[in-house]
Amino acid sequence: MYGRKGFKLISELDLYSDILPFNVGCMIEALIKEVLQEMQSLYDANVANSNAIRNDNNMALLPSVQLRHIALKRNKRCILAYIYNRMRKLKELRWELGSILPPEINTNLINAEVQWFQSYNKSLAKYMRSLGEDHGFNLTTNMVPPKTLYVEVKCVEDFGKLELDDGQVILLKKNTYHLLPRSVCEPLIRQGILEHKKYVSMEFPSYEQETQTIQLRSIKSDD
Amino acid sequence: MACCQSYIPDYFAITDILSTEERISCKIEVELPGLGFLDSSCQSENLKVGTKVEFPLWLAEPLKNLQNSVVSVDIPKIYKEGYRQILEADAEVIVLSKWNPFYYELGMHVRKLSDRDYEIITESLLQTFKSRFQLVMDWSQNAMSDPTLSIQLPRLERDLFLIGQQAKIRLVEWLKMGTNELVVSEITTNLKKRKREQYEFD
Repeated sequence: MYGRKGFKLISELDLYSDILPFNVGCMIEALIKEVLQEMQSLYDANVANSNAIRNDNNMALLPSVQLRHIALKRNKRCILAYIYNRMRKLKELRWELGSILPPEINTNLINAEVQWFQSYNKSLAKYMRSLGEDHGFNLTTNMVPPKTLYVEVKCVEDFGKLELDDGQVILLKKNTYHLLPRSVCEPLIRQGILEHKKYVSMEFPSYEQETQTIQLRSIKSDD
Repeated sequence: MACCQSYIPDYFAITDILSTEERISCKIEVELPGLGFLDSSCQSENLKVGTKVEFPLWLAEPLKNLQNSVVSVDIPKIYKEGYRQILEADAEVIVLSKWNPFYYELGMHVRKLSDRDYEIITESLLQTFKSRFQLVMDWSQNAMSDPTLSIQLPRLERDLFLIGQQAKIRLVEWLKMGTNELVVSEITTNLKKRKREQYEFD
């Protein structure tokens, strides 16, 4: 049946919703090639048949041409959807992790995607520079409303030197604690290099505990 | 940053592509020259009138809608009278994902195939969703719900279930006077997990 390979491509995409394995084992590439081959053979058969229709006026061939055309469109849709959905994920990564992708993801990309990502970076940066007063405005910071300017963080990984906005250079070593401006930390925390230290307020009983006891009570009363 | 999808399936929608792969039994109405291989039991080169074949929905629907229909279709049994009555009786106890993981999405396509039952199927889908919605909401709001639950739900309900759970977690966090905490990106956490797995594997 036509369209099988294209379907497999999309189910592959559906299965691994969080990563982008493009070149893994060359399987996806081979799959895409097979889909393209199928499209080529469909197209060739249609050209031959439509020539026959034109020259011999053999209208009996028309339904077959229509069927192949539908299959051709389906295959096109599968391939385009595959590429488009990967692109959308890349776009989300830009907002999540910043302009430099971790190597684990980078190796899964093909050249065209790397190029697309760079140009997306460029247009986003250009747009953010045009906002605000003189330095531009970084839209990717403060994804949750800030309450303090400085936050206390623990360094989880050796990172090396980090230059702050005021020119001061600090050394981020594993298992050290720092009090840093929130805007500097935010991307590093999201990348998993720093860890935000939490303060648990002791004055209020936590909501979760409370609901749990309520649920327990209700279970007991059910009995 | 979530790039939202419109509700109506767009051209690139993964769920729509997956749901339209479902096989529909069709009867050929016009002879198809050179396509005999589409029916595995067929010996001749052409697909003859009256042959019964299983075409995927994406092929069956446009073929039926051509000016002179190439095929006539029979809608899947799960949208027929008998099954509709089961749903009418008690929609909540049925493991709908076993019927079809894309029950609602497929239903929206299938109803267009049937001229007679168009409105009845639409109504049945809506009623089924309405009566099951409460169940899905209940499950998602209870922290203790078991993780296999989401497998029992068809795709649309499963997505709602997961969103509901997320919302619940966020509400609890907010009530704890929090939400100010900066957290590791989910993607990074997943990458690290994978690394550890590889390491342990070696």
